[in-house]
Amino acid sequence: MKELHTWGAILAVVVTSVVGDILLARAMKQVGDVHELWQRSGLWTVVGRVLGNPNFFLGVSAMAVAFFSLLFALSWGDVSLVAPAAASLTFIGNAFAAKVFLHERVDRRRWIAAALVAGGVALLAG
Amino acid sequence: MTFRKYLVLAGVAVFAAAGDTMLSHGMKQTGNISLSHLASVIYAIRNPWVAAGILLLMAFFAAYMNALSWADLTYVLPATSLGYVLLALVARFALHEQVSPLRWLGIALISGGVGFVAGGPALTSHGHELSEIDSKSPLPAEKVSSGTPHASCPTPAAVVTREVQP
Repeated sequence: MKELHTWGAILAVVVTSVVGDILLARAMKQVGDVHELWQRSGLWTVVGRVLGNPNFFLGVSAMAVAFFSLLFALSWGDVSLVAPAAASLTFIGNAFAAKVFLHERVDRRRWIAAALVAGGVALLAG
Repeated sequence: MTFRKYLVLAGVAVFAAAGDTMLSHGMKQTGNISLSHLASVIYAIRNPWVAAGILLLMAFFAAYMNALSWADLTYVLPATSLGYVLLALVARFALHEQVSPLRWLGIALISGGVGFVAGGPALTSHGHELSEIDSKSPLPAEKVSSGTPHASCPTPAAVVTREVQP
């Protein structure tokens, strides 16, 4: 039962972090290259445009939920399971979601990279 | 990719790793935080390690957002994982801690993954639209608007600065 709770919390962490990352990435693509924008219209325009973007707010909210889910997961399960599992599954989830929702061209090169990094993070975070 | 962009990606990795380390160091000094004692959070923030960690994580977030404004999510994320590699190297060569063979394998896997992604283009979303606009005009067109109706439509600024590597 405790394991079920732990994996449920890990799943919640993964889903909310993926949602957060996708929303933040989309928000920043809508804002555009911040360096260009900064040079053309100044820092405050950049800050205003980022903070005024609804996707940015939703993304940050999702990240906050992910953070608290992680706290719950850590209180139920071992760090050596929760940290690497959440980190590496988020990697794989992000590659899928970026392809589907952001229309990034996730070619074979990037799939291999996602798998390698997910494996490496699982080994290091454990 | 320009030097500035590599610098931003390096910032993403370094700030995340350093921020996490300082935060965890500080939290071990302040002790447990429980929901029933929310005042202990205030106490924790007054710890200089925790405060420095939070500042560094804010710097990480700024660098991360900056990178996402000109690169794919699947391009930036492997860079964030380089922070783990950095931490293991610092542990081994600065703190003289033991790094197990499994961790070295993890370092090798992450480095290999980052190498794979870094060899490709930074921005691929809407590649077809981008190449059309690219061929039309090398000059930055007027910005569409901040509230683009199509959520995924790139701004001209992002289009012109896109660089494709071989």
